[in-house]
Amino acid sequence: MSSTLTPPQAQSALDTWTRKMIAWHFSPATGCDYWLKWAKTAGWDPRKEIKCFADIAKKFSHFDDDVLRTEQPERFVPKAYAKRPYNVFETGGTTGMPKQRVGWDDYKTDYEEYSDHYGPNFFPKGNWLMVGPTGPRRLRLAVEHLANYRGDSCYFVDLDPRFVKRLIGTGEMAMARKYQEHVIDQAATILRHRKITNMFTTPRLLENLAERMSLVKAGLKGVFVGGTTMTPQYVRFVVEEVLEGKINFAPTYGNTLMGLAISKKLTKADNYSLTYYAPQPRATLRIVNPDNPSELVNYGEYGRVELTTMTKEFFVPRFLERDEAIRRPPCSEFPWDGVGDVRPFQSLTKTIIEGVY
Amino acid sequence: MSAIHIPVLRLGQTYRSLDTIKFNVSGQPLEISVANSGLIRRDLQQLPKSGAALRAIPCETLVGYMEKAAELYLHGSLPWGDGDRLQSPDDYAVALSQLTGLPHSLARSNMGKVHAAMSNIRAVISGLTRGMPLELFDRGFVRQNGLDVNFFAETTSLGVLLPSNSPGVNSLWLPALVMKIPVVLKPGREDPLTPFRLIQAMIAAGFPREAFGFYPTTHDGGDTLLFGTGRAIAFGSDATLKKYAPYRHINVHGSGRSKIVIGDDFAADWPKHLDVIVNSIAANGGRSCINCSSVLISNNRDTLADALARKLAAIEPLPRDHPDAILCSFANPKSAKAIDERLEELLQTPGAVDLTAKYRNGPRLVEMHGQTFLRPTLIVCDDLHHPLANTEYGFPFASVLQVPQSKMIGQIGESLVVSAFTRDQAWSIDLMTSTNIERLNLGPYSTMRVQWEQPHEGNLFEFLYRRRALQGDLVAV
Repeated sequence: MSSTLTPPQAQSALDTWTRKMIAWHFSPATGCDYWLKWAKTAGWDPRKEIKCFADIAKKFSHFDDDVLRTEQPERFVPKAYAKRPYNVFETGGTTGMPKQRVGWDDYKTDYEEYSDHYGPNFFPKGNWLMVGPTGPRRLRLAVEHLANYRGDSCYFVDLDPRFVKRLIGTGEMAMARKYQEHVIDQAATILRHRKITNMFTTPRLLENLAERMSLVKAGLKGVFVGGTTMTPQYVRFVVEEVLEGKINFAPTYGNTLMGLAISKKLTKADNYSLTYYAPQPRATLRIVNPDNPSELVNYGEYGRVELTTMTKEFFVPRFLERDEAIRRPPCSEFPWDGVGDVRPFQSLTKTIIEGVY
Repeated sequence: MSAIHIPVLRLGQTYRSLDTIKFNVSGQPLEISVANSGLIRRDLQQLPKSGAALRAIPCETLVGYMEKAAELYLHGSLPWGDGDRLQSPDDYAVALSQLTGLPHSLARSNMGKVHAAMSNIRAVISGLTRGMPLELFDRGFVRQNGLDVNFFAETTSLGVLLPSNSPGVNSLWLPALVMKIPVVLKPGREDPLTPFRLIQAMIAAGFPREAFGFYPTTHDGGDTLLFGTGRAIAFGSDATLKKYAPYRHINVHGSGRSKIVIGDDFAADWPKHLDVIVNSIAANGGRSCINCSSVLISNNRDTLADALARKLAAIEPLPRDHPDAILCSFANPKSAKAIDERLEELLQTPGAVDLTAKYRNGPRLVEMHGQTFLRPTLIVCDDLHHPLANTEYGFPFASVLQVPQSKMIGQIGESLVVSAFTRDQAWSIDLMTSTNIERLNLGPYSTMRVQWEQPHEGNLFEFLYRRRALQGDLVAV
C-alpha cells in the first residue's frame, strides 16, 4: 500500500504530528521522567517553540544514545504508559552494557504497516522462518507479529551477533565460521523438514543458506532482509543468483530506535540501487552534512543519516546514526525523502566489522 | 571513448559487476569489476568441473599450451577486457607502468621473467617433481627407479591473493595449471592487468577457460578465496603472515628479509663483487622479496658500506619511459611519505646511520617527473637488534652490519634468500643444514638469481600433491 499523500501534504502531516508528539512528551501528564527533567534544565519550552518538524533541527541538539546505556529504562516510560509493563529491547551487536529502549506497541504498528505495504501476494500465505538475532531484540517479536498479523506462524533460528563480533574481534575466524555453519545447519534443517513460504534473515545468512540448497526448490516465495550494507552489485547478486530471480525480495533498513524503513520497489532505472523510506511521521530520516549536521546535503549526495523518532512511546530527536547514505527524493510510493545505498559512516576511510551475520 | 572493462572471470563465464574500481591509463578510462564474496563462494562450488576440464587434457599437451601462451603473453595482442579491443605488449607495459609505478624498463624485464617461467615450464615442473615424467599428472603414478610412485592432488584448486608490487610473482601459480589444478586468483589492486593477460594468453593457447577464476575483490572476498580453496597462497606483510599462520592450507609469503652474508674468505675481496650487491639491493626497483635487505660481512664493514652508499645514492629517479630507469614510483604517495617518516623515526634509535644521506642529491622522499619516489637508502647498523637492521621496504633499502662469520647463521633469522659469499666448506655445510633459509645461493651471486629447476618459495608440487604409499603388484594402469 503506497501513501496517498502528495509531498506537501506529507510535510504538513509531519508538522502536525510533530506538534502532537512534542505536546505529549513534554506534558507532565503524559511525558517521561527523562524528557521532563531535560526540559526543566533546557531553558526553553518545546511545547511553545516547536511549531513544525523543521524546528526540531533548529532547537534540539543531537540525541546521545549513550543515555540508553547509562540511564535506567524506567526513566523513559511515559506517564501515560505507567500502568503497562513494557518490553525492553536492546541494540544489535553492542558489547558491554547494552543500549536499551522501552516499548509497547510500536513494533506492531511498524510491522503491520510494513505488511500492508506489501499486500497479500508478495508474501503468500504460509509459514515463516526467521534466521537471525532473536534474544533481547525487537526484531524477534516483530517478525513473529508480522507472521501472525498475516494469519501465519513463524519458526526461529537464533544467531548471537555479539558472540560473532567477539570472535572476529579476537581473530578467531575459524570459530566464527563454525558458528555460522551451526546457524545455517539449523536453518537448512527447518527448511528441509517444514513447509516454509516466507523468510526473514540477514543478507549474509541468506546467501550462505542458498549455498546449501536452492531456495526456490525449498519452496520460498518471499524473503525480507535487513541488517547490513547492500551495494547495488550485492542486491543484483541476491536477486539474480541467491533468489534465482524467482523469489520476492524486500530489503529493509532499520534498528531498535527507528523501526523499519521500507525500500522502494526496484525498477530497471535504479540499477539495483536501494532507497529506503522511513515510517514517517513516526520516524524521519534526514541526510545531513557530516561536518555541519544542521545542513541537509543535496539530492544525490552522500551524507550522514540522522534519525528522529516520535511516537507516543519514545522520543529521539536528531540521532546521528553510524551510517551514511545518498539523499534521494520522494517517489510515487513514499512522498518524503529517502536514503539510498546505505553504508557504515566513513566506511571508505576506516575498518569496520560489519556484515557479521 | 568508452571505458575498457576488465570483468570477473567465473570459471568460464565473464561477468560485469556493478561494483567497479576505476583507473585512467594514458587518458583511457579503465574499469575493473569487483566481485562480492558470496559470488565467489557460489562459484567455488563449480571447481570440480574445472578440474575435470583440465584432467581431460594430457599433461604433455598442457605443457605445449603453456609454451605457446608464453609467446602470446610476450608478443601477442590479447583482449584488454570483455570487449573487442586488443592489448599489444606495449599497451600492457605502459599501462602496467602507470598503475604500479614500475618504469617501462622494469615492466618489460618482468614480462621477460614471466615469459621465461612459462617457456621453461618443463624445467620448472621437472625441478618441482625432481624429474618425474609428466605422465604422473595423467595417470597419478609413475615407475621411477623400479619403484611405483603414486601422487594424488590434495586440493581441487589453488587460490592466490596476488600483490601489486611486481608482476614477476605471477610465475608462481602458473605451474599449477600444468599440474591440472585450476586457479582462483585475486589480483592486486594496482595490477589486475598481469593475471588477466596471462589468463587470456593461456586460454588462447588452448587451456580450458573453466580452469580460471579471476576475482578482483575486497578483503572479505580475499578471505573467502583463501578459505574456500583447498590450497592457497597469500602475499603480504608480517601481519598477513601472523593472520594466516594457523592455517596449514595457506602458504603465506611475507617479508623476504633476503640477505647477503660475506664470509671471512671474501671479506677483503668485496670490491670485486660490489655490483652484485648493488644489483641484489636495487634490481626491480627494490620491490621484490628476493631483493637483498641486509648485508652481513665479517670484516671491513665501513669501507664496504661507504662504497655501496655512493653507488646506491647515484641511482636517481627518472621518467617512467626512460630506458635506464631503475627506481619505481609509489602508486600511493601517502605510502612513500609514511615509509620516509618511519625511517626517520627509527633512525633516532642509537646505533644506525643513513650513509646514503650525505651522497644523494636531495632528500629521500622526492616528487619528480610527476611521480613520488624514495631514493635508495643504505643504513649502517651496529647490531642486528636495531629496528632497521633486519627489515625491508618496497624500494632499494638495505642495512650493512659487521658480524663474525661464526655468529651469522644464528643471527639472521628467517630469510627467504641468502647469498653466501664463501668457499668455506664447513660453513657451507652449516648454511645448507640451517633451518631459517628458504633459498641458498652459494658463491658471489645476486639474491635475485633464478634457476628454473630450483623451487622458489616452497615447492608448489609438494604443496598441491601428496605421495601415497603404493604396495602390491597389481597396478593395472
